Amino acid sequence: MTAEALPAPRAAARPLSRIFAGAAGPVAVVVLALLAVWYVAAVLANWSLVAEAFARGGIPATFGDVLAGTLGGERPVLPAPHQILAELWKTVVDTPVTSRRSLVLHGWVTLSSTLLGFAIGALTGIVLAVAIVHLRMLEKSLMPWIISSQTVPILAIAPIIIVVLGSIGIRGVLPKSIISAYLCFFPVTIGMVKGLTSPDVLQRDLMRTYSASVADTLWKLRLPASVPYLFASLKVAVAISLVGAIVAELPTGAQAGLGARLLAGSYYGQTIQIWAALFAAAILAAALVAVVGMVERLVLRAMGARR
Amino acid sequence: MTATLLLLAAVFAGAAAALGHVHRPGVAGEAGLAFWLATAGLWLLATVAVSRLARLEPRAPAARRVVDAAVPLAFGAFLFFLWEVIVVGAGVPAVLMPAPSAIAAKFVASLPTLGADFVQTFVKSVLSGYAIGCTAGFLTAIVADRVPFLKRGLLPLGNFVSALPVVGIAPIMVMWFGFDWPSKAAVVVVMTFFPMLVNTVAGLSAAGPLERDLMRSYAAGYWTTLLKLRLPAALPFVFNALKINSTLALIGAIVAEFFGTPVVGMGFRISIEVARLALDMVWAEIALAAIAGSLFYALVALAERGATFWHPSYRQ
Amino acid sequence: MRIEGSAGTGGMAATSNGVQVIDIAGLTLTFDTADGPVYALSNVDLTISEGEFVSFIGPSGCGKTTLLRVIADLERPTGGHIRVNGVSPEEARLRRDYGYVFQSPALYPWRTIEKNVMLPLEIFGLPKAERRERARTFLELVNLKGFERKFPWQLSGGMQQRASIARALSFDPRLLLMDEPFGALDEIVRDHLNEQLLRLWGKTGKTVLFVTHSIPEAVFLSTKIVVMSPRPGRIIDVIDCDLPRERTLDIRETPAFLAIAHRVRDGLRAGHSYED
Repeated sequence: MTAEALPAPRAAARPLSRIFAGAAGPVAVVVLALLAVWYVAAVLANWSLVAEAFARGGIPATFGDVLAGTLGGERPVLPAPHQILAELWKTVVDTPVTSRRSLVLHGWVTLSSTLLGFAIGALTGIVLAVAIVHLRMLEKSLMPWIISSQTVPILAIAPIIIVVLGSIGIRGVLPKSIISAYLCFFPVTIGMVKGLTSPDVLQRDLMRTYSASVADTLWKLRLPASVPYLFASLKVAVAISLVGAIVAELPTGAQAGLGARLLAGSYYGQTIQIWAALFAAAILAAALVAVVGMVERLVLRAMGARR
Repeated sequence: MTATLLLLAAVFAGAAAALGHVHRPGVAGEAGLAFWLATAGLWLLATVAVSRLARLEPRAPAARRVVDAAVPLAFGAFLFFLWEVIVVGAGVPAVLMPAPSAIAAKFVASLPTLGADFVQTFVKSVLSGYAIGCTAGFLTAIVADRVPFLKRGLLPLGNFVSALPVVGIAPIMVMWFGFDWPSKAAVVVVMTFFPMLVNTVAGLSAAGPLERDLMRSYAAGYWTTLLKLRLPAALPFVFNALKINSTLALIGAIVAEFFGTPVVGMGFRISIEVARLALDMVWAEIALAAIAGSLFYALVALAERGATFWHPSYRQ
Repeated sequence: MRIEGSAGTGGMAATSNGVQVIDIAGLTLTFDTADGPVYALSNVDLTISEGEFVSFIGPSGCGKTTLLRVIADLERPTGGHIRVNGVSPEEARLRRDYGYVFQSPALYPWRTIEKNVMLPLEIFGLPKAERRERARTFLELVNLKGFERKFPWQLSGGMQQRASIARALSFDPRLLLMDEPFGALDEIVRDHLNEQLLRLWGKTGKTVLFVTHSIPEAVFLSTKIVVMSPRPGRIIDVIDCDLPRERTLDIRETPAFLAIAHRVRDGLRAGHSYED
């Protein structure tokens, strides 16, 4: 047997296989599979509860009745996806924004403190990074503390910050944003320090041959070079800023916000409400990351990045 | 060198004197202008001392290590000193901000409570959830890596979930698994699973093309290549996930306790003491969390150093 | 698997009765890219017999590395006939007929030098004592005695590449495939390694296929030089290099050496299209 004309295995050019060669096809299949598993799990998780309810009422129930019950209960152990979507639709579209039941209202409360916290945190992170890169003393003394500050469960401080600021008269959005800022300055600082020090020796030597000032080197070399690093860390930062805002609403019994919805739902056993708030938070997170990604693409293109 | 050390010693002596002075009955809460001016001067002196210390570049590697550790320690110690002096000297009410000495005293006085909370939150919820979540993420990554279709489908989802506020599932887990630690462990499992999945999958493709060709030229099978090449090459990524997860796990367990616990646990204690405005106890609990979190992280980092000594970031 | 055989004797029987080590006819390899097909190899014919040292030389993109990779079954041809030691490249690979030395050492950074050399032996399932013994022998052969316990990144580039040669020799393959192994090294180190390689070849009598783009290196090392040209990748000349087998670096100033070098350069020039 010779190895004559061994045909190289190549992806067939059929449209179906082309779809599945990318990421969209497999993701869709995995999502569909997850949905199917979810429905089965919902039926199994809610079955005994529904069957008991029928039995207690003395109503003879067929298999179909119970099955319908598992997917349409008011406080199921695990709500079916369509129930969550219905709840989302009801609280987002059908409820006026001014109502306390509107998820848009709660989402906005959380979003506003997320954005404020993100702005404060990102700015702090950038300023800290610029300072650290320029002052050797700060690099040696502050950097280890910044890093170890992240091994501390920062979220545990959330209640204190809210109580302390509340007792000196600062309430509302700001205390929550400070927790968000506390969480999201870290990746920005780390990313920016990396970015600001990313120009190599030759590039820095070039600035030296021009006898450029520290400020010139910062503006013309270090900052432009750090932009890709900045956006990579901003994407992480905006996501955890949202986490900070939600968690900040938990320990103080906030009246509005996605975190407050989670808390209220867990008090009253409103599982559908919890899941709807979770979905809303997920959508918000995805949207925020997507917006930062979009700005990144625009900025990088304006700066002449390839692709 | 000598001048810097003398300066440092002077700052320490000054700080000790200020600490002794500020706690005296006539001074605590009503420190005069002279005291604040002296403190500000000390601050200036400390900044000079620390920056001189940071500029020291001793030849001997041992001395260099000592300096590298001393700079952040001196800096941190001075921050704590300022905190103590300002809170005590200005008489800041304990409901707003207790002094470090008060927190330390509370910490020592409530060791049994803190111990019980530590066992409940850290030993039971965090460790079990961390172990299960990381192991499951690792094994799933290996399966996903074997099945390219699954990899292409799971990876974008894993990245997506990593950006989500996963702690939000805490109320659901509390409903499903009850008030005790299993529900917290479940939150930790979900939180640690995805970072491990995403990092391990990335790590498994970290081995270079030449290194893979080498294995192919030996006619090495899938498992041999996995064990001898791809897993060792993936270790830095796996440890990265282990480090990220060590922080996430503690956050997850504490936050999950905000949604309902038995009457023990670090998150429970924080929320109950905040409501009572007993801030010294809250800070003691936070100190405990900080110590536990740092030690946990340090332990993982130490293991990483041992296992990935060959990685460029550790080579000497 | 034939690593049980003692060094140098294994497999001689198969080739002494006329079977070529490499037998290639009409070999073609086309890559489909977004910009249309790329003809990496076009209609290549080549035979190589046991014990030869064959250099492949040509500009980038001439397919010399691709040809080596096809022989190693790291790349599949799209057409033509190829036999390695009388069997298909895949079979040759599966029975571990060749050792491959890459452009970079490709040593695993988490293994000591000794353990790197023992890597193929572990995979082939040799007993531990023999792995030790062979690693010792071949590290000595490439002058790396005393560096067994070092990690690759603690050694210079030249030493790393020598370790990777020891690794390729450690299981005593019939065939040594070397893909620009000294391309990343400076000229002084390179000269030194060339001399060492020549001595090694004299001692082991292996068939060596050696990709390079240095004319002096090719002439200095080879018994046969294959000159290749790009677009499409093809062989334009095969030059016999009949210098005496015992060579020192001084040979590079002799008229015989310069004459061969001249012929190689002419071949390269003829095959060079000035479009680019």
